Amino acid sequence: MDTSHVLEVQSIHTFIGQFHILEGVTVTVPRGSITVLLGRNGAGKTTTLRSIMGLTPPLQGSITLNGESLIGLAPYRIAQMGVGYVPEHRAIFKDLTVRENLIIAQRSARDLERRSDLIFELFPDLAKFYHLPGGNLSGGQQQMLAIARALVPDNQLLLVDEPSEGLAPVIIEQLITAIRRLSEQVTVLLVEQNFRVASLLADRYVIIDDGQSVASGLMAELVHDEALIQKYLGVA
Amino acid sequence: MPQTRSTLMIVMALTLALLLFSFFTSRGDLGSFGTTILSGLFLGMLYFLVAAGLSIIFGLMDILNFAQGAYFMTGAYITFALFHLPAFQGVDANLRFPSAVAAATAVGALLGLLLERGLLRPLYARPIFQLVLTFGVAIIFGEALKAIWGTAAFSWSPINSFGIHQSGFEIFGRQFGTYRLFVIAVGLVLIVLIGLLLQRTRTGIIIRAGVEDSEMVQALGINVRAVFTMVFTLGCAVAAFGGAIAAPFLGANLGMGNAFLLPAIAVVVLGGLGSYMGTAIGSLLVGLAVAVVAKFSTEFLNQTVWSSITPMLLLILILLLRPSGLFGKESR
Repeated sequence: MDTSHVLEVQSIHTFIGQFHILEGVTVTVPRGSITVLLGRNGAGKTTTLRSIMGLTPPLQGSITLNGESLIGLAPYRIAQMGVGYVPEHRAIFKDLTVRENLIIAQRSARDLERRSDLIFELFPDLAKFYHLPGGNLSGGQQQMLAIARALVPDNQLLLVDEPSEGLAPVIIEQLITAIRRLSEQVTVLLVEQNFRVASLLADRYVIIDDGQSVASGLMAELVHDEALIQKYLGVA
Repeated sequence: MPQTRSTLMIVMALTLALLLFSFFTSRGDLGSFGTTILSGLFLGMLYFLVAAGLSIIFGLMDILNFAQGAYFMTGAYITFALFHLPAFQGVDANLRFPSAVAAATAVGALLGLLLERGLLRPLYARPIFQLVLTFGVAIIFGEALKAIWGTAAFSWSPINSFGIHQSGFEIFGRQFGTYRLFVIAVGLVLIVLIGLLLQRTRTGIIIRAGVEDSEMVQALGINVRAVFTMVFTLGCAVAAFGGAIAAPFLGANLGMGNAFLLPAIAVVVLGGLGSYMGTAIGSLLVGLAVAVVAKFSTEFLNQTVWSSITPMLLLILILLLRPSGLFGKESR
């Protein structure tokens, strides 16, 4: 077991219905890092996160969290092992208040009490709107709530899908600061379409193309590799 | 918020219209007016006991449980049978009745648990199969009751009865059974208790979250299947409890399952699918409307058919005003 890696995904194959979406994705996430999955729309980034979470379980390959296999486990068991999930489009509970959205994520009775200082320091707006329904928040505040919800229990790994999607630049800057801060406490695997955001946040990258992981390495090196960026991401 | 306000205006306008209609058709007889309103509340509470489970189960699990009326009917049969069991006749009637209700509720819960764990769970990905299955289970329940107790309807004899069932009180010169008032009170207590469960407990938060997005609830480390089982069991238990407490007034017969299932479905849809507040308010509205129309049609038209179609007429009216039901979400 390699203890330097929180997560190891080895050559997973995932089907959605009859469609073979992931055709061999390999991702390793070093402890304490921010690793980003890059790739064009439809490449399989979100499905990779969903496969790790057990929401679209892979039919082949292996996924281990601190050396323990996640294959065949129900999503709630994977979450209980310490994987937090912030899905695309936030998926906060709009009819529940901010407080209830946080309470539901508790795994023990005092989780929220223990984490509230960190949560409200990172996202002060949530304290301000604590008793308002999640549906009344702006898009940026909803994204903050979705991330805060994943911070309530003691997670070892956060899967964050497209956090900057649809947000104003000023909100994106706040999110970048917040994700950097929280990465001091928890390892992050991020999906991010916005290359600038990804390059500001991530230590490592994995490029996924047509359901396969095709390149990986240090983000600091990727930003100088224009050929690779152009080939797989179409970013000049 | 503006939508809630206009919805409450619609509810108040309908309630006021029903009260005024009832008042004028009572021709100034306050006793008749009062007993009609209390009858409406009584019926509304029974509708609520069937509809509450139906609504929460549908909201959380996307299952329209056609067997919900059968659980109500089974609750009535078991209560009737246990109360009148010769072996228990030596037990004080005031103790025998609550014991029979508790046993019927427990049997309802057990049958609900068996249905969810044994039959529905493998069909979660097949909604049409679930629908057919619960419909089939309702038929099986009816046939099983027929095989055990025969086809004759049972009515509760006032001779072999218990204290609260035998007493009545006068309202502007008209008699009204204390027991029916007791059922109204029990229904109100249950509305509040289930509301508190949903609003004030973590389990309630999980149920409400599950109504919105059960996949995300799972991803937060919550065993949604276990919550499904609990909610389904609770829903069936509440329906069986409804039949149990209705038995002293309605007796037990093979038609009562469907007689309460159809108005309950109307309640769930007109209240807004998955909305607990909608179900509670919708139950009272439908109960009131059925009682008022029943009174009018028997006294003025000399026929009873209108009261049985009243829930559906009210449903059509409300869906014309609010296509998603009173408290339903536009997107649902």
